[in-house]
This record gives sequence, structure tokens and C-alpha cells, in this order.
Amino acid sequence: MNREASQKSTGAVHMDHAHDSAVKHVTGEAVYVDDMLEPAGLLHVYFGTSDCARGNIRQLGLDEVKALPGVVAVITAQDIPGLNDISPTHTLDEEILCSGEIHFAGQPLFAVAAEDRETARRAARLAEIEVEEEPAILDVEEALARKSWVSEPQEMRRGDAAAAISAASHRLRGELRTGNQEHFYLEGQAAMAIPQEDGDMLIYSSTQHPSELQHLVAATLGLSDNAVTVEVRRMGGAFGGKETQAAQWALLAALAAHHTGRAAKIRLDRDDDMISTGKRHDFRIVYEVGFDDDGRIEGLDVELAARCGMSADLSAAICDRAMFHSDNAYYLPTARIRSYRCRTHTVSNTALRGFGGPQGMMGIERVIDAIAARLGKDPLDVRMANLYGDEGRNITPYHMEVKDNVLHELMPELAETAGYHSRRDAIDAFNHDSPVIKRGIALTPVKFGISFTTTFLNQAGALVHVYKDGSIHLNHGGTEMGQGLFIKVAQVVADAFQVSLDQVKITATTTAKVPNTSATAASSGSDMNGMAALNAVRKIQKRLIVFAAEKYGVASESIQFVDGQVLIGDTLIPFPELVNEAYLGRVSLSATGYYRTPKIWYDRKKARGRPFLYFAYGAAVSEVEIDTLTGENRIRRVDILHDAGRSLNPAIDMGQIEGGFVQGAGWLTMEELWWDDSGAIRTHSPSTYKIPVSSDVPEEFNARIWQPGKNREPTIHRSKAVGEPPLMLAISVHSAINQAIASLAPDRPLPALDAPATPERILMCIRSVTDNGGD
Amino acid sequence: MSGAIRFLLGNRLIEASDFDPQLTVLDWLRKNRHTGTKEGCAEGDCGACTVVVGDLAGDEIRYRSFNACIQLLATLDGRQLIIVEDLAQAGLHPVQQAMVDHHGSQCGFCTPGFVMSLFALYHENRPPGEQGIGRRQIDEGLAGNLCRCTGYAPIVRAARQALSVPADDHFSQAREQTVASLKQIQPTECLELEYENRSFFAPRSLDELCVLLAQHPDAVMVAGATDVGLWITKQLRVIDTLIYTANVTELQTLAIDKQSACLEIGAAVSYTDAMGALTDVYPDFRPLLARLGAVQVRNAGTIGGNIANGSPIGDMPPPLIALDARLVLRGIHGQRTLDLEEFFIEYGRQDLRPGECVEKILLPLPSAGQQFRAYKLCKRFDQDISAVCAAFALTLDKGTVASIRICYGGMAGVPARAREAESTLHGQSWTQAGLDGAMSALERDFEPISDWRASSEYRMIAAQNLLQRFFLETTRDEPVHLQAGAAT
Repeated sequence: MNREASQKSTGAVHMDHAHDSAVKHVTGEAVYVDDMLEPAGLLHVYFGTSDCARGNIRQLGLDEVKALPGVVAVITAQDIPGLNDISPTHTLDEEILCSGEIHFAGQPLFAVAAEDRETARRAARLAEIEVEEEPAILDVEEALARKSWVSEPQEMRRGDAAAAISAASHRLRGELRTGNQEHFYLEGQAAMAIPQEDGDMLIYSSTQHPSELQHLVAATLGLSDNAVTVEVRRMGGAFGGKETQAAQWALLAALAAHHTGRAAKIRLDRDDDMISTGKRHDFRIVYEVGFDDDGRIEGLDVELAARCGMSADLSAAICDRAMFHSDNAYYLPTARIRSYRCRTHTVSNTALRGFGGPQGMMGIERVIDAIAARLGKDPLDVRMANLYGDEGRNITPYHMEVKDNVLHELMPELAETAGYHSRRDAIDAFNHDSPVIKRGIALTPVKFGISFTTTFLNQAGALVHVYKDGSIHLNHGGTEMGQGLFIKVAQVVADAFQVSLDQVKITATTTAKVPNTSATAASSGSDMNGMAALNAVRKIQKRLIVFAAEKYGVASESIQFVDGQVLIGDTLIPFPELVNEAYLGRVSLSATGYYRTPKIWYDRKKARGRPFLYFAYGAAVSEVEIDTLTGENRIRRVDILHDAGRSLNPAIDMGQIEGGFVQGAGWLTMEELWWDDSGAIRTHSPSTYKIPVSSDVPEEFNARIWQPGKNREPTIHRSKAVGEPPLMLAISVHSAINQAIASLAPDRPLPALDAPATPERILMCIRSVTDNGGD
Repeated sequence: MSGAIRFLLGNRLIEASDFDPQLTVLDWLRKNRHTGTKEGCAEGDCGACTVVVGDLAGDEIRYRSFNACIQLLATLDGRQLIIVEDLAQAGLHPVQQAMVDHHGSQCGFCTPGFVMSLFALYHENRPPGEQGIGRRQIDEGLAGNLCRCTGYAPIVRAARQALSVPADDHFSQAREQTVASLKQIQPTECLELEYENRSFFAPRSLDELCVLLAQHPDAVMVAGATDVGLWITKQLRVIDTLIYTANVTELQTLAIDKQSACLEIGAAVSYTDAMGALTDVYPDFRPLLARLGAVQVRNAGTIGGNIANGSPIGDMPPPLIALDARLVLRGIHGQRTLDLEEFFIEYGRQDLRPGECVEKILLPLPSAGQQFRAYKLCKRFDQDISAVCAAFALTLDKGTVASIRICYGGMAGVPARAREAESTLHGQSWTQAGLDGAMSALERDFEPISDWRASSEYRMIAAQNLLQRFFLETTRDEPVHLQAGAAT
């Protein structure tokens, strides 16, 4: 890790620092929404939902709900003074409370506010609901057949892929399905609304997007944005699941507070949270590829069909990102990428770490493995042969130049340190002698585009105050969900002022300090907020320098901030002293900072542009074993080399790398969501939906940050975003499992293992490639 | 209102009365502003609410972790409850410090639960030194705690650091004082709590229990509440009368009866307590037991409960039936004994009469040459519910099957023997050819259902292949399945 700077007491960047709340986490003192001191007279809100996937409400019988002692208010769609809509992209297709048409099983129909939470939950189950059911569209096939979309199909094109494929010496077709994923943030959705004077509303919410929630509360209550304040100190995990999905519940609390004049809190039970909030999109990926004798792709045609659920939510951008990553790290001389955004009568799928990128990458990595199997080559050789290269082989299907590719160095280094080639031979030997247990290994890369692909979202703000005693108050638009954003931005501020980190007070995100922020998402948190905070610091420093230059009669160039002090000519004075002098000299010690990501643009209609400022890279080698009798599987060893640029905080970034990988491995192996034929989800709790536990992580788990890493673009201290990219390193696990299955039938085409690779899918896939299948 | 419980919260004596007997420890804590303990799932599957309970064991205290979300407050009578806020005193507790040192928290919401699980491990008997605790032991100790941020690697590192030294903290230093305090609050007679129309009894003898059952035929018996807890937190059921069985002395029986050559397991013996005795008798029981629930569930849950609730997917009935266990039932009119397999009549229906309870399980000791294995299949290796659970007990006589009992969970509405497969094998030589016939016979034994855990097709193929695995493992020297936890 980058520890070379650790000698300097004030050099707060490029150093390991513990999460700012680490001590509060381990002592239980860290406060989450449900832990806050409760205002007197607090009401508790819950909600009743639809059992059926599609239909019309004939009658919403709420008499028994209202009659339960302790119930204070019951709220329906008719009780919403403003707009009954939570669609984040103004598609007006997702109601807070159903006004008549039911679009999925689990859709909120009404809310109830009661004196305690148990009463509210109990009352919410007492409604008598008459529904005229209608046939529901539940899967991608039916949605495709009926052209049921949440947004229009998109196509991305470069060259004539069809011609290139038909002219190629080799051609392959295939299909792959990737499953949903539940976020499983440990802290469920929660919010508290406290009415203020003038009908204003103060909201505490576990949300990644305070500004959007502020606007939605205002729109729902018929207020202007300035009447609503949203504050969030921290979330107990989010992963994209609190980007849009936190709003509905906060709005129910706000409505209850609005109607009763009392503070109101809502906290979802885990099962209800899993039933009524969105998940990662499941995809059906169909491809056709043409390639040469070396395995180099000449043309790729890929069709991505995503199950978006009942509303658009963020699906358009998610499906766009799946298209943007259908190349992963590989040059496609010709490509046609089509995307279908299927509307189904299931919960609306949403952002989840990677945001469509993982699904897009799964497709192309399967293509590479299939090419290698066809040609009898080591898949790593085929990967290397197809990597983006120099001029002539560096244009993406969306016509962006790839200028910062580091995989030609990073992948061989990883292959070497992980012993990829010798282990591959050892695995062949093991498989030869082991009839029941089979092993597989795979090395897969990640190239992940950094920036919101919706260009206008790439802006951020910060607010920095320096108080008379020299202590610093830091605020910015980013939210803390565990990723370590707050400590990273504080490091940037401490480094810029050259003061110790503990002089920087980290404060809760609030719309009252920094307005019009974007969601903390797209891995952009420290890139954007770090820059915005630095910008604010620079403003204050500039004022201090002007002041000091005049007061001490020195040139401003001879003033420097060093090690808790300020060097003014030959005089060193403590930072707090200069600050106090500046205050007495009537200098403003507070500044806002602002940042917008430069260079990016995208023309969505033409599918052309530079949607990303840069790419983050990494690669992983995973070795697995499977039991061919049962399909059970274990990860034996993982080696990761990841490019975090010049890491702001290697310890924090390592946490993202290890944690992202394991979350990705869960998505691709054991995590399976299951809907019954009526469209009801039946895996809505940790007893039926299994995320990885400690024993799923191999003893040999060697993750490293790539030492030469340095962002080619002038990002904050040349670091790189690291929130999402490592999740996709886990594609190596799925690929390795498929290799283990392939060892059973070396002369056949690559097995078509879908995801998640549960024991059942693995066993059925084994039977499809061996004679055991019978048919 | 009548009745009260007394327990230590850390080292403070708490006397609680006038509370709903359905109140969970978690809700009580949070209502009293002890908000360090979190609710993650309210069903005992995520561990965010993990607390440690200290129980008097002679002149020692035995610390074990529990899920506070489904643990009833009333069950704390006479015990010590330790929560995350109790750990740091002058500075952080060693397990907390290790979590900070190794960046073991990110969002922090699961962290108090992990800290408490590590605290329980810290107080477990273990050899000191870096090599003192193995990875599998750490994994087993943490299998009941979900973390979505860290990928567990830093938490395992923290565990290694904290568990490399012998336990020495303010709890071990205050042991004598705590023992004395606990002795003063040990219940001596049947606890009775009344609240509005609800009552809670904690009888101390089997006779008391039988009388209560006769008086309250609709009462719900509860021990670990790993099932009943969910009736409360998820179904919002109102239970008028709860009878807590874990304090009934006779139901804690765990001993070998030489005369009948049986291990007697009282119905309220927790999995954790039973594990030692069961694996002494049947070492091949351990891999299954170590994957049943997680440590918090095994500390609370009981083998009797796993049988009495009649679930078709409980992991204890298949191995116990394969081993020809019998069940002793007890009511006010006396005792009766039946074969365990006869207890399960059909889905949701057991041979348990009103006023009757499960008293104990009689597990025969292994006969000479008997081979036994129990396997479970699920999506996740640890702390998952079986899609298929299979148990096999085989005795060969010169290569011929002298006896074989095969029992599956997850293949029918009740845990059920594969009688067709058994009879195909009986008296035949133990060979692949003979086995093929038995594997086909399983298709006559079972018509499994499809659900979220597995399809009907997978269940059948997997059930057949587990028989195949058993054959391979009894005819070869090495195991033919994936090993628990991390490979090396």
C-alpha cells in the first residue's frame, strides 16, 4: 500500500486512515435514523400492499384499519395534496400510493400512522381489498413478445457487424441469463419526518439522494423545494438500493406528519423491504460473434433484454450502462448492441453497484470463453489478444477513444503473481485424477467507465467553514453509506490546509448546506465531492493569503500552508492564529466549492460521445471447485490486482475491492430471487435469500492495489473511483465454475452456465454437457 | 400484573415486570435507548442484533451469543445480558480494537453484532497464540452474522488478532463478583408472568410442565424461540399462553443410558449443548450439526423443538430417523414411546396429543461396523435451510448389506425413509450395480416439490447422487465432497 507519505503528520492523502466512524461503529454509538432520539408524540407509519401482480382496485376497505385502537391516521392516494409520483426521471409511472391500477405484488396501497410500530403494522394487515385481477406480464419473453417497454429500445452501432460476422472464419451464437440481486443493505429503509413552522418539513432519511427526496417531498406536499430539508448522517449500507428506493417511505412519513402535525417515523421490516423495493435487473443476453483463427473478434452482435419491472425508475440509464460495458476491455472492430427495456408486473428494478455494467460484462466475457473453447485456446490468451490497444484498436462501440488502458501491464503481472499458468496445468492434472470433484480457474479483467452517463449529473458542491479557533467544518453533497467517502474528503481538506485530520469536523449531509446535489452513486462520490471541497478550501486559502501578504508585507507566492502552520515569508505562525487574525481583519472564512466533471458529453440518439472521464481497471484470478454429484461449489483462491489510481486511502479502497468482489461473487453464485407463477416474490428474507457469509470467502484472498496506478486525468490527487468496479472482478468466479464444468466434456462447446450458479444450475449444466442428461 | 424477572444488564441488576411476555430482548433494549443493538431482519438470520448471554455454570459463567430479535425478554430471568455498549470500559475492548485496526467496519450497521459474536468467541475456551484459532472455527463463530460491505476478509483478520491472546477483560476480571450476583438471582420456582390477557410460565420440573399443559391445552411451548420468535415478529401472532421449557430440569437431560444403550437427549437441550455428546457417539454427525443454523441459532434452538414443530426440512429428524431414534412423549397421564419416524404423520401433523410434550429423544449407540453419514444441500454452505438433507446408516456383513436405513428431509411433506431404496439394497452386495437399482428406487419413494430452494427435478437427482456419494465414501478412503470452509 501507499504508505510512503505516512511519515508526514499532516499529509493526509494517499495514506491509510480508519473510517471516520470506526470507533462509533464498534461501540454501537454511531446513530442511524432509527437510533435517533424520538420527538415527543412520534407516530409510527406502516403500509398495506397488494397481493396480486396486476389489477384494478374495486374497493379499498379501511374501516378495520381505522378502528384499531392506537391508529391515528390512514392515508390513501386521495390524501396526497401534491403529486402522487416518485419516478426519478419524470416518467410519471410510479405512484407513492396506488390510485387504482396495481402493477406489482407488494405495491403500497395505503399507509397507516399509529402510536406505536406494532399497532401500525398490525393495522396495515386489516384492510379488505377487492381487486379485479388482470393477466400479468412477468418475464422478459412475454414483454418482448408484447413490446412492453419502460423506455424505447436503443441501439449502438459501429461498422457493419452483420457483414463482419458472416465474413469471419469462425462464428458462434449463444445465450446467457444473469439473475436479479437484492441489495441486502443491513439497515432497512427508514425515515423520520418532523413538521416545522409554516408547513415546512424536516426529513431524516437513509437515502443516497437527499436532493431528490427534498424535491419529492415538496412536490408531494405541494411545497416549494426551499420548505423542505433532508438530512442524512450515514446509511447502514445502500449499494444503489437507496438511490431512488428510499423516497417512497420517507414520503409516507412526510404525508403522515403533514396530516397529523406530529413527527412520524417509518422503518421497513426486512421481508416487506425485500418485497416492495427494487433489485438488480435480470438480463437475457443473446450474442453472435465472428472471429479469426487467433480468437480476435471481428464482429459482435449482442441483444440485451432487461427485466425492468413496473416502472422506468433508472432503467434507461442502467440499460445504457449495460450497453457501454458490452465490450468490457475488448476492442470490437464492428459491433451492434441492442437493448430492450422490458416492462413487467414485478417490482421496479433499480440501481445496484455496477448499474448494468456487470450484466454487459458478463455477456462479453462469456463470448471470450466460448471463442477460447472453440479454438482450444487458453481463455487468457484470447482475452489478451482482444484487449483495447493502440490507435486503430482503441475506439469503443460508442466511438470514445480508450487512452488510459493499463491492462496490458496489469493482467500479465497478475497472471504471474497468481501463478495462473502453472495452476491451470495443476488443475488439469487434478481433474484427470478426480472423478467427482472438478476444479476450474479463470482470469478476467474489468474496465469500468467513470462518470454518470447522464452528463448533467456530473456536478457537486461543498461548504467549508473555518472557525476562529482554526477548527474546520466540512460539508458536501455526498452521502456516507459505509464506503468511506467522508474520511476521504476530510483527508483532502486536511491535506489542503495542511492540518491534522482531527481538526476537520465531518458533518451530516443536508440539503440546507449544499443544494441541488446528485445522488451519491456511479462511484463518483470522492471524485466529485473531493474536488468540490478542495475548491472551497482553495477559496479560503486564497483569502488568507491575500490577507497575510498585506498584513506581513510579503509576496503572496511566499506564503505556504505547512504542517499545521502557515509560512509567511520567514515567519511560521500557527494556522489558528492566522485564522483569528483574518477574522479580526474581517475576512470571510467560509466558502462553497463546486465541481463539474470536464470533457464529457454524450449524444444518446446517435449513441456517440465521451460519456466517461476515464476508466477504472482491474483483474482477478479465481479458482473454484465443484461437486459433480450435487453442484455444490467453493471458491478456493482469489487473487486481485486493482487500479485505484493514486489511492486517496488504500485501506478504505481495499475495503471496496474486497467487499465489492464478494458481493459480486454472491450475485453470480448463491444469491437467487424466486417469483412464483402469480408474480409474488418468495425469497424475501435472509432465510430464503442467501448472501455470502464468512466461510464463502477463501482463505487465500490476495487483493492488491496496483502500485503504478495514477489517473491520467486530473482527478482529485490522481485517484480513481473504486466503489463499483471491483464487483465485476467476480465474473472470474462464474467463468471458473464454467471451466470446471467444461473439464467434463472437453470436446464439446463451452457449457452455457447461467447465473446465479447455484448448485442446481451447476448440476443441470453438468448433465447438459455429459451423457448423464439422458436426453 | 404479577411476576417479575431479574437479570444483569452488564453488571447492573434489572428487575422487569409489567411487560408483554412476547416482548423480545431487542425491542426491550431499543425502547430503553440501548440502540447499539440493531434490527437487521427480525428473524434470527442476519446477526445484527447479536447479544451475549452469560449463564451460571457452577462457579463459572458460560458466555453464548443469541439473536436478540427473537429472544424473549422473559427468558433472561437469572441470567446476564451483555450488549455492545457494555464492552468498552477504559478503552475499547480487544475485539473492538481489532475491528478498528483491521478496518472491519464500513457502514457499521452489522458491526455491533460482529463485535458481540467475536466477544463470545473471545470467551470460548481456545488455545492461545496465532495458531490458536483456525479459520473454520472463526467461520463457524461468524456464520450467523451477515456483512454486505467488507467481504469479511478484514473481520477474519480482526478475529485472528483478537483471538490470539487469552481472554482478559473486565468481564473475566469481575467473574467472582458476577457469579455471586447471578447466584442471588437464580430462579428457584416456576416463573409466572401475567400481562393483560397474556401469560408466561417457566416451570422447573416436568411435573410442573405437565400440570401447566393440562391447565392450558392451547399454550405454546417455547424453548429457543427460533421458530416461535418469528410468529411474533413476522406473523404478529398473539399468543395467550407461553410455556418456556428450557428451565425444566428433566428436559435438559443429556446422558448415555447404559441399560438401553441409548444417548438420551432432553427435548430442551440446545444444539450447542448436544453437539459434544452427539459427536462423541457419532463423529460423522458433526459436519451436519456445524452447518445447522448458525451459532446464535444453535445456542438457542433445541433438538426437541426441531422435531416437535414438525417441519419437513428440519435437519435433525433425517439423521435421527436413520439411526433408529425413538421419541419419549410425556403428558399428565404418563409417558409413551414411539419410533421417531412415526411421530411425523403428514405435513403439519404430528402424533402429539393435547397436553403432551416431547420429553426426550433416545438415540441408540452405534452398532459394531455401522457406517453413518448425514449430508445437507443448500445454496449457501453455512446457515442455510436444506433443499435436501440425507442421512444413511449402513451395516455390512462381509460386503453384503445387513441393514441400511435411509432418511431424507426436503423430499416429502415429512422427513421420510426411502423404504423402496432400502429394500432394494437389503441383503444385496454393496456394489455400484446394486446401488444403481436403489437410486432408481428413490423415484418410487418420493415425489418432491419445486420451490425456491430447488426444483423437483434437482431434488430427485441430488437425492440419488447423495446415495451415490455415500457409496463412494464407504468404499474409498477419502471424502468425496467439498470440504467445509476455505481450501488451502
